[in-house]
Amino acid sequence: MAKTPLPVAELTSRYGPHLNYTPPGGWQDESRNAAEKLVKTHCCFCGQQCGIQLKVRENRVIGFEPWEDFPFNRGMLCPKGVKRYLQGNHPDRLLSPLLRTEHGFQPSTWDEALDFTARRLREIQDKYGKDAVAVYGGASLTTEKAYLMGKFARVGLGTRHIDYNGRLCMVSAGVAYKGVFGVDRSPNPWSDIAKAEVVMVIGGNIGECAPITTDYIWRARDHGARLIVADPRFTPIARNADLYLPVRPGTDLAMLMAMLHVIIRDGLADREFIAAHTTGFETTAASVAEWTPERAAEISGVAPEAIERAAHWIAESRRSMLMHARGLEHQSKGVENCEAVAAIALATGNIGREGAGCVMITGQGNGQGGREHGQKCDQLPGQRSLSDPAAREYVAGVWGIAPDELPAPGYSAVEIMNAIHRGEIKGLLSICFNPLVSLPDANFTREALERLEFFGVIDFFLSETAMHADVVLAGSLQEEEEGVTANVEARVIHIQKAVEPPANARRDSEIICDLARRLGRERYFPFREPREIFDELRLASRGGIADYYGITYERIDREKGVFWPCPSSDHPGTPRLFENGKFFHADGKARFMKLEWRDGGDPVDAEFPVYLTTGRVVSQYLSGTQTRRIGALVDQYPEPKLEIHPRLAAQFGIQTGDRVTITTRRASITLPAMVVRTIRPDTVFIPYHWPGGRSANLLTHRTLDPRSKIPEFKVSACRVARESA
Amino acid sequence: MFGMEFYVDPSRCIGCQSCLKACEECETHRGVSMINFDFVDRADSIATAAYVCWHCDNPTCAQVCPADAIKKYEDGIVGSSLKPRCIACSNCVLACPFGIPKLVPEYEQMMKCDMCYDRTSVGKRPMCATVCPSQALSYVTPETIAATRREKPVNTFWFGEQKITTKVFMMAPAATDAISIDVADYIWEGEHELAPQAF
Repeated sequence: MAKTPLPVAELTSRYGPHLNYTPPGGWQDESRNAAEKLVKTHCCFCGQQCGIQLKVRENRVIGFEPWEDFPFNRGMLCPKGVKRYLQGNHPDRLLSPLLRTEHGFQPSTWDEALDFTARRLREIQDKYGKDAVAVYGGASLTTEKAYLMGKFARVGLGTRHIDYNGRLCMVSAGVAYKGVFGVDRSPNPWSDIAKAEVVMVIGGNIGECAPITTDYIWRARDHGARLIVADPRFTPIARNADLYLPVRPGTDLAMLMAMLHVIIRDGLADREFIAAHTTGFETTAASVAEWTPERAAEISGVAPEAIERAAHWIAESRRSMLMHARGLEHQSKGVENCEAVAAIALATGNIGREGAGCVMITGQGNGQGGREHGQKCDQLPGQRSLSDPAAREYVAGVWGIAPDELPAPGYSAVEIMNAIHRGEIKGLLSICFNPLVSLPDANFTREALERLEFFGVIDFFLSETAMHADVVLAGSLQEEEEGVTANVEARVIHIQKAVEPPANARRDSEIICDLARRLGRERYFPFREPREIFDELRLASRGGIADYYGITYERIDREKGVFWPCPSSDHPGTPRLFENGKFFHADGKARFMKLEWRDGGDPVDAEFPVYLTTGRVVSQYLSGTQTRRIGALVDQYPEPKLEIHPRLAAQFGIQTGDRVTITTRRASITLPAMVVRTIRPDTVFIPYHWPGGRSANLLTHRTLDPRSKIPEFKVSACRVARESA
Repeated sequence: MFGMEFYVDPSRCIGCQSCLKACEECETHRGVSMINFDFVDRADSIATAAYVCWHCDNPTCAQVCPADAIKKYEDGIVGSSLKPRCIACSNCVLACPFGIPKLVPEYEQMMKCDMCYDRTSVGKRPMCATVCPSQALSYVTPETIAATRREKPVNTFWFGEQKITTKVFMMAPAATDAISIDVADYIWEGEHELAPQAF
């Protein structure tokens, strides 16, 4: 049923992406009029959640003004933040609900669209069971919306299956930190980075994916800190690295284990800290006993001397910060990778102090807050476990249902798509997720979408995925509904409503509550305003790990953000975790884990001899649903290019600008080459923001980390060849 | 004015081009970016450099302008060309030793960085230096720069026999007093002042 109602090209010509270059009224005319108000809020894009002031006139965002008093970014913005306001008043904006017909999508009334959605969801659940319907959420939603989606799935629909696009982002780090420290959060406020003496960045293209964080690292360097960068590419921040480790894709664990080996071998471990505040050190020590720098060098391509130097620098300082992002986490051993980083921090006693710690660089806008309050397949609000009877009882009590009515944990995001593909899940309601571009193996994703008996989408633009929908409910942009998010450092911040949704579009939370009403569950969804959702969320999180009970919108405004946990109104919040070596496990101790080398899910061989790795560019964001519609951002990097080293390029006679076909075990795509010395000669790179024939995710594979269920985006095997004429 | 100065440090630049995008948003030149930005040699390096007009104390662009269209203000800012006067002759484009002025064909006018005069003249920071995520472009007090950076601000440049001092500073290695890239500037020929060196 869920094939596109018209050819994609026709839908694209009607619904975009089209490019918006100018503010409403044009550069020289109406937009020069003074703003009626400046709204202090935050960027809608990445996990930095930079403070920004939106200029508003006549219910339209006409520009921005830097917000220099907001402490995290102090006015700084990347190009996405500068141009983010152009997503409003966009010609592609969905202004009313759309119903699929034989002649394409037709506008409908809200009653028609919501009645249809509720009826189809009910029919599928009546026919196939509650769990035949799944819900997809997203980490760009405010925490209120994310909370609402979790409650809607479990209480409104009664399905086990809700998960979110954060499954493609933070979950490896989340599982690792939960296991090691007892809490899924970066332990340090970002101000600690600037105070470090040694900063190691592993698998994090900070200059492009978390640009504001560059300033923190440069400030550390200004006072003499050493910078270590481990990455298969020479990323923009590597230009100032004191030590660059050109790690082969998928082999970070070998390098990290060898660093631990050196730390233990050379007597650099902080035995006092380990004895007082951790358990399991002997397990990790045994895991790395055979991992000499020489052995790791064979696997990772990083020189033994460089591994030794990195280990010594980190261990010999009392102010070392280790920072990691998707390069480390998007692997089938993503959790072990993060556990190894945490083990280095623990073994050297570099945690819980100013300038000392290990942090995950959360990628998505509300990557932190969106994963704390029940949008994950196995979690309840407050970072509680859905499998924990006490947690079930508490949250069921807040929601006014019996604990037995709460479904069991369901499938993760990729597993949901697998279950759709094999016919187990028949209906899908999706918000804030563009899986056709963002999930691995896009041909498989398309096949799955085409098998759905019902597909409903809530979105503000017709994304490539939404083109497959039976009904599209025209929702709201970030600036059209109040709420909170938690930024990369777990600072809970206030998203202000700057404008009303245009025309017949509606606030996302209204749409969900209306849908719940039509499903006969209105008494559980009485919310009129986001504030009412937040107040219930505070209560539902109370006593949990991510305790928001003491946080209010007013406190956030007054204090420019409040770091959770914040259990009461007189609690100051918690910028830094684990001070005095106290961790979140019941015994107060951190855990060292067993580390074990495993091969990845798509190994290189004679037929596919080159590593393919994927990532982002600074001017685009995730699946590009928003940023591929903003002219200035598209102009900066208009189409995906294949980054390839001249040594590899020479083997195939490839020069910059040549069209090159990249083939993996799944598919082939053809892109222009960019021959650069800034990548390993055995590796090629493609940014993943584009759909269709330019989609890097046609090439990637569906292997998951067995614990975090994150796909192994960062390591595929491929071959390259000049396009045959 | 207001105690702030402009500092450029290409070694901090991450090539994000936020400055180009933000420049377009400034009230004085809506939709046109005045930032000069280069990938130094993308095939071999990720190095990038973003810079603004250096606002020379004795601006070459104004000296060579036949229409008297480029004015230096009291606070040392060298303005973009005055629309009623500029004849789009490109003298300034050719003469500027830094390669800053650009002829914008659709306006038949030279346009260049005026340090967001609408902002800096009332004590606000220029758009580019406010948003720059790496602070490669920085608009702060001299005291702040001295307290936070290892590099030294330099505003003396040599171009052959032309010595230029500017309002905007380049961050240079700590022992550097002036910047010259021409070997001729270091050769003693008995006639002109030599570029100073750090040894």
